[in-house]
Order: sequence, then structure tokens, then C-alpha cells
Amino acid sequence: MENLTVTASPHERGNVSTAKIMTDVIIALIPALLAAGVVFGGKALMLTGFCMICAMGLERLCNLVMKRESSVGDLSAAVTGMLLAFNLPVTISYWQAFLGVFVAIVVVKQLFGGLGHNFANPAIVGRIVLMLSFPAAMTNWAIPFFDPKSIETGATPLVTKAESYQSLFLGNVGGCIGEVSKAALLLGALYLIARQVIDPAAPLMFIATVFCFSHIAGYDGLYQILSGGLFLGAFFMATDYVTTPINTLGKLIFGFGCGIITCVIRFYASYPEGVSFSILIMNVVTPLIDMLTIRVTPLAKKTIKEEA
Amino acid sequence: MIFSGIEIRHKKNTAGAETIDLPLPETVRIMMEQTMGAPCTPTVKVGDKVYVGQKIGRTNAPLSAPVHSSVSGEVTALGEILLANGKSCDVVEIKCDFAQTKSPDVRPPVVNSREQFLEAVRESGCCGLGGAGFPTHVKLGVDPGKFPIDTLILNGAECEPYITSDHREMLENAQGVIDGAKAVMKYLSIPECIIAIENNKPDAVEKMRQLTATEEHITVRALKAKYPQGAEKIICHSCTGRVVREGEFPAHKGVIVLNVSTAGFIDSYLKTGMPLVKRRLTVDGNAVRTPCNVRAVIGTPLENILEFADCKTDIVWKLLIGGPMMGICTYDMSYPLIKTANALLAYTEPIRNKKYIEANKQTNCIRCGRCISACPMGLYPTELEKAYDKKNKGRLIKLKVNLCMNCGACSYVCPARRDLAAKNQLAKAFVLEK
Repeated sequence: MENLTVTASPHERGNVSTAKIMTDVIIALIPALLAAGVVFGGKALMLTGFCMICAMGLERLCNLVMKRESSVGDLSAAVTGMLLAFNLPVTISYWQAFLGVFVAIVVVKQLFGGLGHNFANPAIVGRIVLMLSFPAAMTNWAIPFFDPKSIETGATPLVTKAESYQSLFLGNVGGCIGEVSKAALLLGALYLIARQVIDPAAPLMFIATVFCFSHIAGYDGLYQILSGGLFLGAFFMATDYVTTPINTLGKLIFGFGCGIITCVIRFYASYPEGVSFSILIMNVVTPLIDMLTIRVTPLAKKTIKEEA
Repeated sequence: MIFSGIEIRHKKNTAGAETIDLPLPETVRIMMEQTMGAPCTPTVKVGDKVYVGQKIGRTNAPLSAPVHSSVSGEVTALGEILLANGKSCDVVEIKCDFAQTKSPDVRPPVVNSREQFLEAVRESGCCGLGGAGFPTHVKLGVDPGKFPIDTLILNGAECEPYITSDHREMLENAQGVIDGAKAVMKYLSIPECIIAIENNKPDAVEKMRQLTATEEHITVRALKAKYPQGAEKIICHSCTGRVVREGEFPAHKGVIVLNVSTAGFIDSYLKTGMPLVKRRLTVDGNAVRTPCNVRAVIGTPLENILEFADCKTDIVWKLLIGGPMMGICTYDMSYPLIKTANALLAYTEPIRNKKYIEANKQTNCIRCGRCISACPMGLYPTELEKAYDKKNKGRLIKLKVNLCMNCGACSYVCPARRDLAAKNQLAKAFVLEK
């Protein structure tokens, strides 16, 4: 009769879990993956799968070595692997991709304490390490619908500046696996926003800043936002929970900073693309932004509106 | 993630269940601490004969309400009972004679003025029936010179899952609720009344609208069904747009919030003079085979109520008084019913298979910010948790941990299953420590 269990309230929990959030992100990335499959062929799909499997394997290995509970089930490693693959050119070799995954999962994520403790987005750092180590391989863009026997490569549209808006939007251009089709990325982003997984504040601010800055600097704003990895970075990497500010004001500052740095690198530095560097720099600034923006304004912000 | 309040699974299984009177138990144990505030001292001795509605516990403290016998019979013991919060409290045990003879003191009170009305409400032993149990006469008795009240809000939101006792009150005693509100408006000279109901109870909204169609000063509002809509400060904001700030009560903004069941009870007291000796409560939970609404006398052992609802008491693993979001666990099934219990939820032990463990495992915070969007007070639960873990008192105070009302919304939405609400409670106590 006695010995009833006593616990603190609340006694029921919601359905949302980390694994479900990550599953949503994977679902949102699938349209872009399909587009990559169409544009670049089977190698793109193979490479993405390879990166995901490597990421999960390395995650499990780290768990075992570090005597932590398995964290493969939360699927965050799979998302990291997928995002990293999306940031690679299709011509890259598997061992180079593996190196990127190793940096992302082992160095950036697990050595800092696993999901929730990493200071920077693992996929971004993986890509940057590869880009600095293998500049040639990482900028060897295959042109769309190539013949697997004789891969033709060309420059990114950021350099040529000669693609039509339609090709840029649909993905008929050279570039990394996941970044080519803006339409597919937008579809995934809309899914995430509708599912309330991501807050559109940071990505919209990011894109708007790039658009405005380009105009002011005398470039074609629309061309700039449609080319390169801006959509991928803005919607899927500048919205990473762990490494971006926690409230809306912070997210807006984050997006603005990313936009400025991206443009500065694109227009005035020696790299053609600056999205990943901008996100990494803003990741590092995030604790500072949080420190400045977390202000409790009790009860003033909430309005539960009545319904007729 | 821009939503205000959270969506929860309502599980209102008993919304259509007519209230059934529970048979009288053999003995009742009536606690002397039924409401928020000072406990009462027993005014009866062992062997005394008591009648229904007779006062058996009183105190002179302003923040308190007297306690009445809920049955007629003989006082068999005066003892102590350990409360769930670790404090102990006097308890009067009465053996029931099943005659339910009314005490001669029970007669309609003479009420002609504000003072007489407040005295009558105090004598009725009335407290907020929504769960918190704030003595009603204190709430109504705010100085009108200092805080002119212009709006009375009748709270029929009932935002917790499972609970339907206020819903049934609005259907079964609709006229009583309205008359109670009118009495409060009349004696306290409050010009306006808003009856606020969540829109998941369309029948109650409809019924209230019909009955108040001719009343000029009473409006019925259907509020969005978002937890915690029924919290006093939130419903005050939802209905009037006024923000109750730190350290303030709704009265500071000219608003009094009363639960619908409280209003219904005030009406019945004014008409019959019978003090608060019984109440309606929802019996539900997965250990209960026949979820129902019962009307039980105060002091009924909880196991009697569970047995009435076809619940095998040996399979009960957790027993809650109140809803699943804010309810308090009891450790003993023979615990007596108190005035503030609007629900009794019995759960069986979950099967701890792999899926259950996976789903309930606490993992690292991923800083998704869901707790921040969910917090009705605009706090940062994840930052509070970190500050508490570091025992950083200065930061806890800066982040206003004292404003947490323990609604549990942050814990409910957390994808990492972190015990944010519990940590907030610990942090609140920690901040008050020297």
C-alpha cells in the first residue's frame, strides 16, 4: 500500500526529443540530396552515405574509448556527416572526405565533450580544414550532368559570374554536392520552419545582409545570394542550436555578422567563398553575443492572444 | 519557435462524465492545514459529537480559513500527519455516523455590506478551488482605496491535462457560478466580469454565453487552449492585456481572478450556509479503470475514491493530487482529501523497456531554446539550470528565478529531458538561503 513513487512535477513530458529534431533535419536535407543525385550522379549519393556512416562509426568509437554512453541514437552524427558531405565537391576522394569527418566528429565534437559542448559547428570546421589542406581538390568543381568517364570541371559561378538566375536557383551550376540547388534547400528550410525546428531569424538576416551589402558594394545582390553555399550555410548551419545564440536578438546579430563577413571575404579577400569562415567566426563570438543579449524582461514579452 | 504557451495533450477523458456523489467513508481525517497560510488549531476533543458544517478548527491569523467537519459523527482521535513537503500538520479523525445531521450553525448568512460579505466568505472556509488554495476572503478583501478593482475574471481555463472538475462545474452548476460572480460584483462594487474559458471546452463556452446573454456586465471569452493559460497572471494578461509585474498581484492592476468552482461555492454558501465540506474532483490516470468526476467529502481517504473508480490499489505506482503538470505526489494512499485537490491521478508503473529508457534518458542541453519560448514568464530555464549547477547566486537573481511559478512547461518541451522545472525550484530555495 505504501512505497508509492514520489517525484517532482511535471509528471508528463512532451514528444520532442533530440533524435526527432535531428530526423527532421535529415528529412529537410533529402530534397537537396536528390537534386545532387540528379546533377552530379551516383557519386554524390555514395559520398554522402559514406560520410554519414563514417560519422556514426567514429562517434560510436569515441563513445567506447571515452567510456561515454552511446550517442549515435541522437542522430546528430548522421546530420554532421550529411552536412559535411554537402560541403564537398563531388570529385573529392573518399580518404579526404574521411579526414574531414574525423576532424568534425573526433576533434571538434567528441574531444570537447560531445553534442552540446562543441564550440563550433563540426561540419564547418571539417570543411575548412579540408579546404586549407587540399585547396585544389576542394575547388575542383564538376560541371553539372558530367560524364563519369571524363569529368569536366569548371570554376564556381562566384568566379565566372555568368550563370542565369534560373540555373542558379534550380542547381544547373558547378559547386559542392549539397549547395547547388537553392530550390531544394529552400524546400527543406520551409519544412524545418513549419515544424518549428529552426528559427528563421538568423538565416533571413544572413541572406538579407548579403543582399544589401552586395548592392552597396556594387555587385549583383540576387546573383550573390543565389550562388555559393549561402542557402546551405544560412538555413542548415547558421541555425545549429549548439553554436548559435539562444534568443532572437542574438540570432539576428549572428546572422548580420555572418552576412558582413561573407561579403568581405567574397569581395575583398583571396577566397571566392566566405560562408563557412563567416559561420565559424560567428560561432566563436556566440558566447559573447549570449552574454550581451540575455536580459530577462519578465512577463513583458508574452502575449497569449485570445481567440474569437 | 515563436509560440506563447505550449501545446499539451489534453486527455480530458472525463469531460462528459456527470459528477457522482461518493458514498461516505467510515472515518474521515480532516487536516488543519487545508489552504495556503497559517494552519488551524483543533477546537474539538476526542469523544466530541460533531455535525456536518460544524467548525472544528480555527485560527486568528489573517491569511487562513477555518476548517469544518464534513460528516456527522464522533471525534475518535487527534493526531499528526506528515505532508508531502516534509512538514507535519494536525489532523482530526471523525468516525462517521452516516446520519449527516446538519449542524445548527448552518444557516444562510446575513449579508448586506462588503464587510459582512467578506466575513461570510471567511467563515465558509472557502479557498481557491483551482489548486493553489489561496484563502478567498483575503483575495477579495484587498483595500479598495489602495487597489480599485474594475474587473473580476472567472477562471475556467483548466489548462492542465485530465482535469475536468471546473468544466463540469460550468455545465452542472452554470447558474450558480454566474450568481456567485454577481454576488462578488455586487458586494465589492466591481463593474465588469469576464468568464474566461479555454476553447477546448466549446460546450461550457456555449452554456455560459446563453446564460449571460442578457447580462450587460458579464462577458464570456474563449481563450486559446495553451498551457499554462489558467495561471493567474497569464489569464489576467490574456483577458485584459495588463501585465502583472514582479512582486505584484493581479489586484495591483485592478483585477481579481477567481476560479469558477470558487464562485459556484460562494453562491451555494450564500444560499444555504453550508461551508466548504465537499468538493468535486476528477479521478483519472492509467491505473483507473473508470475515469470519473466524483463529489467527495473533505477528509475522505484517497484509497476510497480510487476504489470507487475501479482502481486496483495494489497496481498504483504513483498517485498525484492535482494535474500531471503541477500536481504533487503523495506517498500514502490513506492520505485524506483536501480542499484544494481538483484531481486525483493514479498511474501504474511504466514498463522500463529499451524504448522507455531511450525516451526518458536525460542528455546534454542542445541549446535549442524551446524552454525559453515555452516559459510564460519570459525566463531562461536553461541558463537558470547552468547558474544553479554552478551555485551562482548572483546570476540566479539576475535571471529572476524568483518569478518561476513552477508550471513545468520548460521540462515538458525539453528534447533532452532535462529536469528544468525541478532545478528552478531548488534554485529558488537556494537563492533564499543565507
